[in-house]
Amino acid sequence: MKFLWSYLKKHIWVILGVMFIKLAGTAVELLIPYIMEHLIDNIVPLERLSLVCLWGGLMLLLAMAVRFLNVTANRLSVRTAKRSIYAIRRDLFHTALNLTGNQMDQITLPSLISRMTSDTYNVQSFIQSVQTIGIRAPIMLIGGIAVTLSMDRGLAMILCIMAPVMIVLVVCVSMHGIPLYNRVQQGMDQIVRIMRENITGIRVVKALSKESYETRRFSEANQETAKRDIRASITMAMPGPIVTMFLNIGLTLVVIFGAQRVNAGVTKPGVILAFLTYFNMIMMGVMGLNRVFMMLSKANTSANRIAAVMHVPEDLPRLPQEKGAHTDRDGFIVFDHVTFSYDEGIQKSPPFKLDSHSNTRFAGANRQVCLNDIDFTLPKGGSLGIIGATGSGKTTVINLLMRFYDPSQGHVFIDGQDVRTMDKDDLHRRFGVVFQNDVLFADTIRENITFGRDVNDDGLTAALEDARAYDFVSLYPETVDHQSAIHGSNFSGGQRQRLLIARALAAKPEILILDDSSSALDYRTDANLRQAIREHHSDTTLIVIAQRVSSIMNLDEILVIDEGKLIGRGTHEELLKTCPAYREIHETQMGEVD
Amino acid sequence: MARRDSIMTKPKDSKGTFKRLLRFLGPFRYMILFVAILSILSNLLSLWGPNLAGAAINEAAAGMGRVNFERVYAYALRMLICYVSASLLTIIINITMVRISKRVAFRMRQSVFEKLMRLPVGFFDQNQAGDIISRVSYDIDVISTCMSTDIVSILTSVVTVIGSLFMMISISLPLSAVALITIPASVLYTAKMRKITQPRFVKRSKSYGTMNGFVEEMLSGQKTILAYAYEDTVDKRFDDINNGAANAYYDADSIGVTIGPTMGFINNICLSLIAFFGSILYMNHAITLGSISSFVLYSRKFSGPINEVANIINELFSALAAAERVFNLLDQEEELSDLPDAQHLTDVNGNVSLDHVAFGYTPEQTIIHDLSLNAQAGKLIAIVGPTGAGKTTIINLLMRFYDVDSGEIRVDGKNIRHLTRRSLRSAYEMVLQDTWVFRGTIFENIAYGRENATMDEVVAAAKAAHIHPFIMRLPDGYETIVAEDGGNISKGQKQLLTIARAMLASSQDNSCMLILDEATSNVDTSTERAIQSAMRDLMRDKTCFVIAHRLSTIQNADLILVLNHGDVVEQGTHASLMASKGFYYNLYRAQFE
Repeated sequence: MKFLWSYLKKHIWVILGVMFIKLAGTAVELLIPYIMEHLIDNIVPLERLSLVCLWGGLMLLLAMAVRFLNVTANRLSVRTAKRSIYAIRRDLFHTALNLTGNQMDQITLPSLISRMTSDTYNVQSFIQSVQTIGIRAPIMLIGGIAVTLSMDRGLAMILCIMAPVMIVLVVCVSMHGIPLYNRVQQGMDQIVRIMRENITGIRVVKALSKESYETRRFSEANQETAKRDIRASITMAMPGPIVTMFLNIGLTLVVIFGAQRVNAGVTKPGVILAFLTYFNMIMMGVMGLNRVFMMLSKANTSANRIAAVMHVPEDLPRLPQEKGAHTDRDGFIVFDHVTFSYDEGIQKSPPFKLDSHSNTRFAGANRQVCLNDIDFTLPKGGSLGIIGATGSGKTTVINLLMRFYDPSQGHVFIDGQDVRTMDKDDLHRRFGVVFQNDVLFADTIRENITFGRDVNDDGLTAALEDARAYDFVSLYPETVDHQSAIHGSNFSGGQRQRLLIARALAAKPEILILDDSSSALDYRTDANLRQAIREHHSDTTLIVIAQRVSSIMNLDEILVIDEGKLIGRGTHEELLKTCPAYREIHETQMGEVD
Repeated sequence: MARRDSIMTKPKDSKGTFKRLLRFLGPFRYMILFVAILSILSNLLSLWGPNLAGAAINEAAAGMGRVNFERVYAYALRMLICYVSASLLTIIINITMVRISKRVAFRMRQSVFEKLMRLPVGFFDQNQAGDIISRVSYDIDVISTCMSTDIVSILTSVVTVIGSLFMMISISLPLSAVALITIPASVLYTAKMRKITQPRFVKRSKSYGTMNGFVEEMLSGQKTILAYAYEDTVDKRFDDINNGAANAYYDADSIGVTIGPTMGFINNICLSLIAFFGSILYMNHAITLGSISSFVLYSRKFSGPINEVANIINELFSALAAAERVFNLLDQEEELSDLPDAQHLTDVNGNVSLDHVAFGYTPEQTIIHDLSLNAQAGKLIAIVGPTGAGKTTIINLLMRFYDVDSGEIRVDGKNIRHLTRRSLRSAYEMVLQDTWVFRGTIFENIAYGRENATMDEVVAAAKAAHIHPFIMRLPDGYETIVAEDGGNISKGQKQLLTIARAMLASSQDNSCMLILDEATSNVDTSTERAIQSAMRDLMRDKTCFVIAHRLSTIQNADLILVLNHGDVVEQGTHASLMASKGFYYNLYRAQFE
C-alpha cells in the first residue's frame, strides 16, 4: 500500500475533495428519509398543503443535489484512477523493459505480463472505487446509525448492537472465501495448462493414441476445479441472505419496541417508518464495506506484485571510469580470464522478494554450466567463430560481452575500456546482433530493420540485399512497408532469420554478432550471406556462434568451447590438426569430402 | 489462418443457442423446478413482510396508551417467520443454483475437451490456441456465472415486480399511479445510457487488448530491444498506447459512473412524490400512516429489479454469445471416423508406398501435386529440400493427420484409408522438430509413450539418448518438474527427451516405421554423434522417413527424395545424385562455400 500511496500522493487534494463531496452527497442522501419522516409526523397533521408542498419540494431539491454531488465525486475518482494508473503502467513498463537477465529469469515473462495487465487493472478498479464506495459505505453505516440515534436512542440501540455483529460476520466469511477463490484460480490455471499442452502437442497425443489418457487427466483437473468452485461460490453466496435475515430480525424488533415506545409516548409512529428506510441503508453500508474489504485484499496482492518489480534494485550499475579494470592487452575485444556462472550471478545481485506466484525454483536449474577462465582477444575488423555442444556456454560469451550479466571473475574490454564503465545504450549501439530465437515485432519490415536508428532507404535496401532478404521482400506489393505479424509468424523460419540479419547489418555496426542465426537457411543462402558480409562489412568485427562448421570455417579464429572451458582455439586448419573434438564435429558434418 | 472472430457482442442465433443451452440444463430440470418454486415462495414471503410491518405500525399508530399489543406481537411474530424463512429459502436456492451451474460448467468443459480430442489435426493448425482456450476458461465461466445468479434474479425480479405492484395497488391505486411514472423514466434512461456507453466500453476493451498484446510482444523481445538500445522508442510507443487505454477507460467509465446516482435520483424523486401525494391522501383521510410506510417499502422493492433489468439483459446476451462460441466449437467437423470395414493393422512389415498423391491444405493451393514413391521395409528414406518444399506435409499424410486429396498411400499394400487410425499411428514412431513436453516430471515425460514403464526402463532410454547425466544434475533428478513450455530446459535437451520417449515407446510395441523430422536439429554435433548408435538402434529394422537440413546425416540413406515446391525434383542415392550434378549437388556443395 505504501507503493500505491507514492502514486496517489500527487492527487491527494483531488482525492480529499472527492471524499468530501461524497461525504456531503451521502449526508444529504441520509437526510431525505429524515425529512420524509418529519413531513409525515409533524407537517401532515397540521393539514397545511403549502407546508407539505414546501417540504416535498425540499426533498426534490435535495435529491437533485445528491445526484449532482455523487456524479461529480464519481467522475473525479475515475479521473484520479486514470491518471495514477497511467503513471503506474508507464513506470512498470519502463522498469520491465530495462530488467537485467538475472531479474528477468527470476520474475519470468508470463508473470511479468500478468503483473503488467491484470494486476494494474485490479489496482485501477480499486483506486476508482475506494474513493467512492470506500467513503459511501462507512458513511451510510455510521450516518444511518447516527441519524437513527438522534431520532430515537432506544430503538437505535438495536442497530448499534447488530451492525458490528453483521460486519464481523460478513468480513469473516469474505476473508475465508478469498483463499478459496485463489484455489479455484489455481485449478483453472491447471485446466488451461492441460488444454494448451494438448493443443500444442496434438500430433504426439494422436500418434501415441493417448486421447483417452488425456481426457482422463483433464477430467480429474476439471472435477477438482468444479469441486473447489462450488465450495468457494457457496461460501460467498452466504453473506447476502444472512445480512438480510439479521436486518429483518432487527426490523421486527424495531416494530415491537417501537410500538411499546409509542404506547409509552416516547416516540412517534413516523419514526418507525423512517427506521425501516434507514435499515435498508445500513444494510447497503454493510455490504458495501464487505466489497471494499474484498477489493482491498485483491488490490493489495496486485499492488505488492507490481511493487516487487518496481522495487527491484538496480542491477549492473555503470561503474565510474576509475573503478573499471584496465588492460594492457592489445585487441578490440578482450576477454581477460573470464569466469561466470548464472547461479552465482543471481546470488551476487542483491536478493529481491518476489511472491510465491513466480516460479523461481528452477530458474537456475539448468544454468549450472558456466564459463571457466575464457581468455581471448579479437582485433578490430577480425572475425571469430564459436562452436561447441548445446549448453556449453557459447551464448554466455555474448551475454557477457553485451553486459546482460557481469562476470564473476575476470573482465571484458571493448576498445580497451571495461564494459562496466560504459553507458549501456552507448555500449549496445556498437552492436548488431541476432540472438538465438530472436523476434520480429508486429510492425513494417522497414521499422523492424531500422529499429529507431538513423538508417536511410539506401542503407535499408543494402542491408536487405546483404542479408539475402531483398528478393522476397521486393515481391510484396508494399515491399519494405509490408507488415510483419506478431513474432513474424507470417514469414517462414528462413525469411525471419534473413530479416533479423538485415536488422543487425542495417546500422553498419562495429561489432556484428550472429548467434545460431542461420540454422533455418539452406546451405546455399547461408554461403551467399557469408560472402556478402565479407565483401560489404569488412570493417566490422564479426562473432558467429554456430552448430555448423561450414558457417565458421572461413573465419580468422575459432573457439571450441566444451562445458564452459576453452578446449580449442585457432583457424580451421589449425584446429583440424590440434583439436580432436573439432575434427570430430567437422567429420560428422562434412562426411567424406573430396 | 482462418481465425474466427472471437469478439462478438451479440449472439447470432439466440433462439437456437438458448435451446441448446437448455439441453445442458436438462439433467437438472427437476432441481431447477424445485428452485423456481422455492424462489417464488421466498419472494412471496419477503413481499408479505412489509405488509405485516405496515399493519403493525398501523396498530402502533393508535397512539399513546392505546396500542393493542396482542395484535402488534401477532404481526411481529408473523413478520419474523416470514423474513427468516425467506432468508433460509434464499440460502437453499443459492446453494442449489451454485451446484447446478458449476456442474453444467464442468460438463461443458468436459464436452469441449472430448470434442478437441476428436478433432482433426488440421483444426489446431488453423485455430489459435488462445482462442480455443478462452472458450473453455472465459466463455464457460460467463455462462456459469450467468446461470448461478441471473436465473434466480430473473425469477426474483418477476415475482417481486408483479408482487409489489399488486401490493401497491391494493394499498392505494392513486399512489401506485404516482410510483409507476418513474418506470418509463428509468427504462428510457437505461436504454439511452446503454446506447451511449456500449460503444465506449467496446472501445475500452479493445484498447486494453491492444495494450496487452503490445506488452506481451515487447517484453518477449526485451533482450533484442535492449541490445539495440531501442528502449526509448518502445517506451514512447507504449506511452501512446497507455494513454489511449487510459483515455478509453475514462471515456467509458466517467459516463458509466453517472448511471448509479441518476437511478438513485429517479428513486428519490419517486419517494418525494409518494411522500407528497401520500400526505395529501392522508389529509383527505384516504390512506393510513401505516399504509404509506408499507407502500414506501413496496415501491423500493418494485424499483430495485427495474433498475437491474438492463444489467441482467446485458449479462444474458453476453452469456448467450459465449454459449454460441462454445457450441460453435462443439459443431466443428470431427476427424472422419474410421471406415466401417476398417482393418486393424497388424503384423506390419513396413512397406510404404505413395501412389500419385496430391494434396493441399486448402482447395485453392495444392502443395503436393503428384508424388509417388516406394519405401521398402527396413529402408531409410531421406527427404530433403528447401524450406516450404512440402517435407512436413508428407509426414502429415503418412500419419493420416490429413487425408490425401487424390491418389493413395499404402502400408503393406493396404490403403491407409481402410485402416483404423489407431493401428496405423501406433505402427509409427515419431520424433518431431517441434518437441513437445508437458508439465510433469522428467520421468512422466519420457514414459509418456508407454504405460507402466518402470524407472529402470526410463533410465535406460535416457542413457541411450545421452540425456541421463543432464537429468542427474537437475535438483530432483527424474522427479524434477519440467515447466509447461519446457522453459527450464534448452531446445536441444528437449529433443533428447523426446528421442528418449520414442526409444522407450519403440522398445515395447511392434512399430515398424519411424519418422524423424529434423529430430536432432538443435542438438549439437558431438551429442548427435554420441547418440548415433542409439539412433541406429531406434532405426534398426524400421522403415525410416528422415527429414534433415544437415545433408551429412542422410548420406547413407537408401533413397533420397529431393523436394522443391511440392514435387520430387530428383531421387536416388547420395552417390547417384552427386553424380548427376543437379539440385541436390548444388545444395550439398553450398555447405562448403
